[in-house]
Amino acid sequence: MTAATDFDRPATAPAFQQLSGARKAKNRIATVLVGATFVLALVPLVWLLVTVISKGFEHVLNGDWWQKSLAGLTSRQFGGGVYHAILGTLLQGLVCAVIAVPIAIMVAIYLVEYGKRSRLAKAVTFTVDILSGVPSIVAALFIYALWITTMGQPRSAFAVSLALVLLMIPVVVRTTEELLKIVPDELREAAYALGIPKWKTIVKIVIPTAMSGIITGISLAIARVMGETAPVLVLVGYTTFINYNPFGGSMASLPLLMTSERLTTNEVGEARVWGAAVTLILIITVFNLLGSLISKMTSLKTK
Amino acid sequence: MSDPVSVERPVTRNGSRGGSASTSDAEAKISSNVQGAGGPPTGTTAPAKVITRPGDRIFKALTVGSGVFVVVMIALIGIFLLIQAIPSLTENKANFLFSRDWSADPADLAFGVLDLLLVTVFSSVFALLIAMPVSLGIALFLTQYAPRKLARPFAYVIDLLAAVPSIIYGLWGAYVLAPAMGPFTKWLNDTLGFIPIFAKGSSDLGIGQTIFTAGIVLAVMLLPIITAISREVFDRTPPMQVEGALALGATKWEVVRTTVLPFGKAGYISASMLGLGRALGETIAVLIILSATTQHFSWTLFDGGDTIASKIARAAQEFNDPRGAGAYIAAGLVLFVLTFVVNAFARAIIAGHKEYE
Amino acid sequence: MNIKRHASVLSLIAVGALALTACGSDSNTPAGSNNSAAPAPTKTAEVECGGKKDLVAEGSSAQKGAIEAFTAAYVAKCPGQQLAYTPSGSGAGVKQFNAGIVDIGGSDSALNKDKGEVDAAATRCKSNPAWNLPLVFGPVGIAYKVDGVKDLVLTPEVTAKIFNGGIAKWNDPAIAAVNKGATLPDTAIIVIFRADESGTTDNFQKYLKASAKDAWGKDAGKKFNGGVGQGAQGSAGIADAISAGNGTIGYIEWSYVQDKKLSAAKIDSGAGPVELGAEGAAAAIKSAKIKGTGNDLVIDLDALYASKTAGAYPLVLATYEIVCSKGYDADTAKAVKAFLTTAATDGQAALADAGYVPLPNEFQEKLLTAIKAIS
Repeated sequence: MTAATDFDRPATAPAFQQLSGARKAKNRIATVLVGATFVLALVPLVWLLVTVISKGFEHVLNGDWWQKSLAGLTSRQFGGGVYHAILGTLLQGLVCAVIAVPIAIMVAIYLVEYGKRSRLAKAVTFTVDILSGVPSIVAALFIYALWITTMGQPRSAFAVSLALVLLMIPVVVRTTEELLKIVPDELREAAYALGIPKWKTIVKIVIPTAMSGIITGISLAIARVMGETAPVLVLVGYTTFINYNPFGGSMASLPLLMTSERLTTNEVGEARVWGAAVTLILIITVFNLLGSLISKMTSLKTK
Repeated sequence: MSDPVSVERPVTRNGSRGGSASTSDAEAKISSNVQGAGGPPTGTTAPAKVITRPGDRIFKALTVGSGVFVVVMIALIGIFLLIQAIPSLTENKANFLFSRDWSADPADLAFGVLDLLLVTVFSSVFALLIAMPVSLGIALFLTQYAPRKLARPFAYVIDLLAAVPSIIYGLWGAYVLAPAMGPFTKWLNDTLGFIPIFAKGSSDLGIGQTIFTAGIVLAVMLLPIITAISREVFDRTPPMQVEGALALGATKWEVVRTTVLPFGKAGYISASMLGLGRALGETIAVLIILSATTQHFSWTLFDGGDTIASKIARAAQEFNDPRGAGAYIAAGLVLFVLTFVVNAFARAIIAGHKEYE
Repeated sequence: MNIKRHASVLSLIAVGALALTACGSDSNTPAGSNNSAAPAPTKTAEVECGGKKDLVAEGSSAQKGAIEAFTAAYVAKCPGQQLAYTPSGSGAGVKQFNAGIVDIGGSDSALNKDKGEVDAAATRCKSNPAWNLPLVFGPVGIAYKVDGVKDLVLTPEVTAKIFNGGIAKWNDPAIAAVNKGATLPDTAIIVIFRADESGTTDNFQKYLKASAKDAWGKDAGKKFNGGVGQGAQGSAGIADAISAGNGTIGYIEWSYVQDKKLSAAKIDSGAGPVELGAEGAAAAIKSAKIKGTGNDLVIDLDALYASKTAGAYPLVLATYEIVCSKGYDADTAKAVKAFLTTAATDGQAALADAGYVPLPNEFQEKLLTAIKAIS
């Protein structure tokens, strides 16, 4: 293993020099240790995935799993499915995206196209940084304090979506901001030269250029918020029935189903919990893949 | 040229949460420099300004409004939590910051956050101490050691750790990892029990619902966060420095030690602080793993207990009386301030480093 | 061009989402068991279906299984109606009921006047009293896991001392004295208790107070006062912790003992050891008396807990549905009555299988009278 082959930038290693044994040993130890940390990180990942799949995969193979709820089944009866929870997870994620994405994109446009280095832009950048570090339980508490205590609204899936908005905005702002910066200034200048107003330039030229990346970012952000558990614990009740109404009543979601069915201590409960875990991972994977797929399908072919 | 690649890159970076966060500041500066030189001028003499139409004004107002909205939002979080907490705090019979007992019974409010805060910080710092060296190794491996072709797929695998929802970490930690660690923690307790942090705590080691288990699971959750940002920074080590070191006959490790590490140190520390912020606020995994206890935290890894976040989540179903909920909201406010400070500190570290641009 | 492509992708997603929402179903036919020789339904009644479509209830985790059985019966009896039950604990159930968030509160203890629960409930019911309806009876098991120990027998005194720290090892002479011939290991006793406020804890401590007298020496209450051991969230948490450890012991409802396949101690109140089960519990319930007034059917458990009847398993939990006597809107009242009527009649059939004891006949009569009076 010659040292430098992995660098594509530097020149070849000074092979003519004699290295002292101690330096060689140190180098070798460092290499082994660094490689070992990577392997070490794989251990929990593999262990976790194997656990989830071995405990839950068989349950999701059943067609009912994807089409039925757990309505009318006691905690001792196998059968039914998690359709109600999948629906809730998707619904809460999509409602959240519908609110969060426009705001986030506008913030990103402000930062890149208008704010530049103004004081407000700095404040916004700082805020987005802080917002990305706000724990989900704090976001949930805030919505609880605002939406439920102050405004007197009932606990509902919509409240969950509002809390998720707080978690989603910083992620989408970040992605969009970076992508907008990459859009070549020549495009903007060309548009201005044709007398196109700035806002039209942004909407018709800048955004479409960055669109594929933005969509990827959005789907990744949705995948992220769909796995959040703290907001659903605080802001909505669990039910085994299908609920299409985000504004009222209890609504299941996969994380909420897992925390609720965890209280069923028999094999039925275990099947539901781990089956839901597999389902959640599958859905998150689909959203991640969807992101890169859309990116590939819609990306601009620049040569 | 390589345009498609440069369009793709930030996207993959964003696959890890907050992975891109530290670099964007840097890039903001780059791009604004570029635009200052050749981009659409925005100064007072800008030709673009000549054509200011209603559409422009409305659109700009919308974007500014969104920006202000986000700033107001963060202020609102603090304000609303404070408003909801104050009535409970005034009725609180215990010292909120220094009492170690928690009773949020609306008729008899006597809650103190100290014990929760100690467990929160203790478990997070423990997780950080495990995650920091490992992430450093991974980041070095991915940027310096891994074969160039494999670096990206390897990085993707590490990012997968961030894609797993925390509830699944919690289930794995509580039902698989905790029992598996029993023999190891017993050995630690037997041989190193004289050191306070390995002393016997309130949680049985065979069951394993300890801060130790929770800390390890938290550490795994931090790995992708710290790694992603450190990787970005290490990647920016100036090639000149690396080549210089090589020219002087340095071994690979010496190159890393003399160029990459000094260059990336601040970024690595910032990344670790961001990770700490994440660990402090982690809720459901800790909730599932830790056993509840009525005893005070005794500075050992083998205690049970509750972090601020897990305590709030445990009581979440009982939020109905405004004063009872107010006690938990007060605790949430402490967590908010704590993560705010840690995150702001992390950003401040990296903001002072122009060389990361 | 680009926009069109995006539009097509987005519409694809939209169509996919629509297709998904179109195929879900709430109708389930349970697979698996539940067809064993269940005791015949004690009584069926005419149920007037209708009213509010989705009832919300919350409370005791001890009656989770029973409510599930009731809901299954309710859904079968009144198609299209539903009830969502959140098993978050009795404390939460009472609070949520009094706050008007749920229609029915589930609690292991009747509303407590001293704590202002009775008044709060009256306010919630628009100045009408709330009633405690004991719809679910279930024995509480003292579950344990000690390698090599089976058929553990405990007296109230020994139980009390284990749970207040007076006995710390499994081979303590006091335990050996009531388990003649058993080999008890020199393992530490790990008491697992409910960390959350719980009616099960309240009843367990009431039982210890009533039956073990001075040996317990602590108060009852929804918080565990024993001062030893390790906390766990909910009965499920206790069951998990007991089965994960060695030398563990805790108190959980029978259904959790069955679900987790744990061993439960026999209780010897002076007339010989009695096994945890429906038979012993039913024998004990007969000695219970009602102390509430009118249709408020609060049960006096002290007599039951102190009873030394042969063949009776006295550690029994009576859990209540807390409802408004009046003050619901018409829709809700109709649905609540329909649900409770089904629960008290058809719903009883599946109870024994779920780890509960079906209602004795005289109780059922009183309950149906009370349910009928709700308006």
